Amino acid sequence: MAKIPTDIPEIVEQFGPHLNRVPFGGWVASEEEDKMVKTHCCFCGQQCGIQLRVRNNKVVGWEPWEDFPFNFGKLCPKGVKRYMQDEHPDRLKFPLRRLDGKGFERVSWDAALDRVAGEIQRIQETYGKDSFAILTGASLTNEKAYLMGKFARVAVRTANIDYNGRLCMVSAGAASKKVFGIDRSANPWSDIPKAKVILVAGANVAECAPITTDYLWQGRENGSKLIILDPRLTPIARNADLYIPVRSGGDIGVFNGMLHVMIERGWIDRDFIAKHTTGFDQVAETVKKYTVEYAAKIAGVPPEMIVRAAELWGPACTSFLLHSRGIEHHSKGVENCVAAINLVIASGRIGREGCGYAMITGQGNGQGGREQGQKCDQLPGNRDIANPEHRKYIAGVWGVPEESIPSKGLSAVPLIEAIHEGKIKGLLSICFNPTVSLPDANYVREAMERLEFYVNIDFFLSETGRYADVVLPGSLMEEDEGTTTNVEGRVIRHRKVVDPPGEAREDWKIICDLAQRLGQGDKFKYSSPREMFEELRVASKGGVSDYYGMTWERIEENNGLFWPCPEPSHAGTPRLYEGGKFGHADGRAHFIPVEWRPSAEMPDDEYPIILTTGRVVSHFLSGTQTRRIGGLVDQYSQPLCEMHPRLADELGVHDGDFVKVESRRGNVVVRAQVVKTIRPDTVFVPYHWPLDRSANNMTVRAIDPVSNIPEFKICAVRVTRVEQPHDAIAELEVQAGGIR
Amino acid sequence: MSDRNFYIDYSRCIGCQSCVQACAECDTHRGVSMIHLEIIERRDSVQTAPQVCMHCEDPICARVCPADAIKKTPDGVVQSSLKPRCIGCSNCVLSCPFGVPKYQVEIDQMMKCDMCYDRSSVGKKPMCATVCPSGALTYATAEEIQRTRRGIAINSWKFGSEEVRTKVFVIVPREVEQVNVQIAGTPAALPEDPYDVALMLETAK
Repeated sequence: MAKIPTDIPEIVEQFGPHLNRVPFGGWVASEEEDKMVKTHCCFCGQQCGIQLRVRNNKVVGWEPWEDFPFNFGKLCPKGVKRYMQDEHPDRLKFPLRRLDGKGFERVSWDAALDRVAGEIQRIQETYGKDSFAILTGASLTNEKAYLMGKFARVAVRTANIDYNGRLCMVSAGAASKKVFGIDRSANPWSDIPKAKVILVAGANVAECAPITTDYLWQGRENGSKLIILDPRLTPIARNADLYIPVRSGGDIGVFNGMLHVMIERGWIDRDFIAKHTTGFDQVAETVKKYTVEYAAKIAGVPPEMIVRAAELWGPACTSFLLHSRGIEHHSKGVENCVAAINLVIASGRIGREGCGYAMITGQGNGQGGREQGQKCDQLPGNRDIANPEHRKYIAGVWGVPEESIPSKGLSAVPLIEAIHEGKIKGLLSICFNPTVSLPDANYVREAMERLEFYVNIDFFLSETGRYADVVLPGSLMEEDEGTTTNVEGRVIRHRKVVDPPGEAREDWKIICDLAQRLGQGDKFKYSSPREMFEELRVASKGGVSDYYGMTWERIEENNGLFWPCPEPSHAGTPRLYEGGKFGHADGRAHFIPVEWRPSAEMPDDEYPIILTTGRVVSHFLSGTQTRRIGGLVDQYSQPLCEMHPRLADELGVHDGDFVKVESRRGNVVVRAQVVKTIRPDTVFVPYHWPLDRSANNMTVRAIDPVSNIPEFKICAVRVTRVEQPHDAIAELEVQAGGIR
Repeated sequence: MSDRNFYIDYSRCIGCQSCVQACAECDTHRGVSMIHLEIIERRDSVQTAPQVCMHCEDPICARVCPADAIKKTPDGVVQSSLKPRCIGCSNCVLSCPFGVPKYQVEIDQMMKCDMCYDRSSVGKKPMCATVCPSGALTYATAEEIQRTRRGIAINSWKFGSEEVRTKVFVIVPREVEQVNVQIAGTPAALPEDPYDVALMLETAK
């Protein structure tokens, strides 16, 4: 019975999002006796070092951590204000249960956990093991990600577990695995400024990975040439040597066109290709037809830009490719990445100082969260759930019969579809807000209402949490300890800063208690996250992402360790592929030919405009945390629809007007922001807001066939000028989905 | 006295407002930022510019203050107005060529950036220059700047006929010796609409 129990304004009144503006205890001078805890930001994959200031077991502020060798004290506004999520009035402090027509009421932990375990058992006995699903997240520590994968396979014994990294890193990961045999950024960030040319494809670095900006600017100071591909002129594009305003979904045109020119002009490393790669001839054959004119037509840019890109990239002595969601959030996301990476291996510039490639991981533990076995097709150590040897090894670590481990389950979008179709009846979610973050949000909300039972573990009541039958108050990053793996593949320590408030508990304790109620307590007898790490190390041993040689002490002493780190004496591996040794069994990188194909939904007469979605610097993902922090909401308070003045003129829209952005699936009404820094055929709406302000009302439920990432970056819409709405949702505060 | 100086490189700024958010954290100005992040002309460009106090060698804000409320420390940092003296007349607000001092109505007092004097006077970096992700705001030695930046650091300004020297440096292209701010008739050095994506798509070089 997963339905919102009462009116949304009533729920908002009780659970927020409300804004926290003042630190706990007020604006008072820092004191000598304050405790400072060195830890990391809870938000994106940069995982900046930060010190949290603690007084009387409360987080009251922060200080930069200038010695941490990634961000050196630098922070984005989210990191600066992050501590305002502590001691927040919306914080969930007690287990809750749904009360039809009224809202939620407090229950005891025993009652809540008994109910959850009972419902899991009832649903599985009635409809089969796989009818109960689990959705998790890539902001969970490595320890919790490992625990969730084991909990699903050992305690719940469902095949259907997947995570919100499915919306983030899977295209990049799959492409990397296909070409290199390993899913990880190939280089530490310190290599970026050493490259003579840097290609940034589909990454709004200034807003989504702000700390990386300084690495790019350092490169510029050293004389690096900077090439940016983006349909919007982002703050880093302003100072690029070459900005290519590619049409969303047209990236392969640029990459294949560049390779065409490079081959024509002899700017490829034939020696490297012969010694260290396979499949180049097929790629060369494929890109033959990508003359710059043909390529430019696909990319929607003048051919001269593609020539110029090849001229910058081709003959350089060192180079670095960075890519991110702009090319990955497509129904051909993996192919986009492969086409980009082909430029790297064709040049032979990888595996040495100043030469390489990285994907800019989005979520806090976007890297580690996809290695420890919480993906539907994966076991710890980045092992394959369909591989009998991998299954056997993990079964040994877990002390279960191999045949008891379920097979491959559904990934996030098909999992929601299975709920919609009535095949999945029960759901446990943690660290995931699918009604805001998944595409085609109206469909997702419909699916949620079809669940017989839904339990949500979170620290705030998210928009999805409102559908829950039982809400379990879990922990913030700073209320527990463990490790994450940052954008570079560096495993770092998150320290416990304070205890969870009220009756809220560390997430892992909740999961272990549930496992016990499901009769598997003996497999979940952990007394601390450190014990989970010790088991994870062993589980990852011999896998691709090998953590076996790491201990928490070694991680702390070294300010992080890069995997693979197979032995306790091993120093870790900051740079992969040195000496041209790649991760495949044949030791080579594999070229894969890529042909451009249209996106799932292209603009047409009825819906003539391209909608692309993304982030703004002061918010994070579905906004569950950042829409509760006053300073961040003040900075960017409600979604705006960016459009070029030429398009605005055609539509009769002025800056600040209310516009309805509408696709075949849904719409939003937001204000227009008229700017010359976007392609005239494209509009942009950021996706951090819920309900009638959710960009995902419009996005298309199409996924990449390999990675299953949704196509967030292109769908077809029409835009019309409308009057200001005054319905109950519009009247909510902006952070709750209202509009002003 | 520190051997480090404050540097602004406007070309690096990405408009993220970390400086503004971090400045507002200070317990002396309690949620109010002393940094102004200028969004130059959002319709035409994504250019932004952080404005901290430039700490003039001969601060005009102090010169025009009828109450003698604005003091400069021996190490050259121009302080916020002294609460017992400030009469809220806003002479300083009107006179500053950089638009830095602001009159705070709630407390009837002018407040401005003091380069985090509580931090910088004890050897720490000012907060904005610590957190700035892009390096647009930096607190470093002259040697570090020479080693790591293509441009040069200057602290000499001309506003009409008025010459101003500041404690804070700006990074500019190598050929520039002084920032010359003409009141009228600024020559257009840039092509018209350099950041119009529609024009780029029509007229690539």
